[in-house]
Amino acid sequence: MSLALDKPRSPRRPAARRGNGELYSWLFMRLSGLLLVVLVLGHLFIMNILDGGVHKINFAFVAGRWSSPFWQFWDLSMLWLAQLHGGNGLRTVINDYARKDSTRFWLKMLLYVSMVLIVSLGTFVIFTFDPNISN
Amino acid sequence: MTSAGAPERSGTTRGGGTLYRGDLGMWSWVAHRITGVLTFFFLFTHVLDTALVRVSPNAYDAVIETYKNPVVNLFEVGLVGAVLYHALNGIRVMLVDFWEKGAKYQRVMLWTVLAVWVVVMIPGFYFMMERTISNLVGGH
Repeated sequence: MSLALDKPRSPRRPAARRGNGELYSWLFMRLSGLLLVVLVLGHLFIMNILDGGVHKINFAFVAGRWSSPFWQFWDLSMLWLAQLHGGNGLRTVINDYARKDSTRFWLKMLLYVSMVLIVSLGTFVIFTFDPNISN
Repeated sequence: MTSAGAPERSGTTRGGGTLYRGDLGMWSWVAHRITGVLTFFFLFTHVLDTALVRVSPNAYDAVIETYKNPVVNLFEVGLVGAVLYHALNGIRVMLVDFWEKGAKYQRVMLWTVLAVWVVVMIPGFYFMMERTISNLVGGH
């Protein structure tokens, strides 16, 4: 379907065709944001208020929590969605403020490397967690 | 829509004009970006510290122990405040985008976001700082 609306600040030449990537990323921010509202606010509420905050947290606490597949799934979903949501947000920020092409390229490479690192490390830890690991 | 010849500063959003720069809506967007970026960097650290459970209980407990002080506790309240604003304003952004009356009520919704934020953060601050404050004033 072709777009029939006048483009605001319409340029003289038509915009370059770039596919629908930005549309999907825009939609993804809304959908993941909606899920993250529940996952992250729930996480913060349980950790900081119901379970008594950082004073209660130690290895045994984590072991007790991850003995339940429900919390493993919760934390895994939160990890993936938050990294993709936050990474996509930071990508937008970099695109907006980086002035030189090379700066933009390297900042985004750094961002993507950190996203891959955090998602893989977090996923690995959740799946291979061992409550009986020795000191 | 305003006519093509209308000056740029033809009014605020309240007057049905098109001015966005310097308006409340712009500041909500600025705050959304700042809280989002802060949360991203926190998340980076948080996954790294939690990953220590895979190293050893001692390594994890040692790092978590360094978080158990009033300054870090205050940062936690700040983090919760940032995430809560980001979540509430994110819902507002979705309503502006998908609800037919969203744009019309964007200002009212921003004030609602700020009101809900204050209402949640007051007891939130109390419950998150309770232990720290009672320790500081000579509790257990």
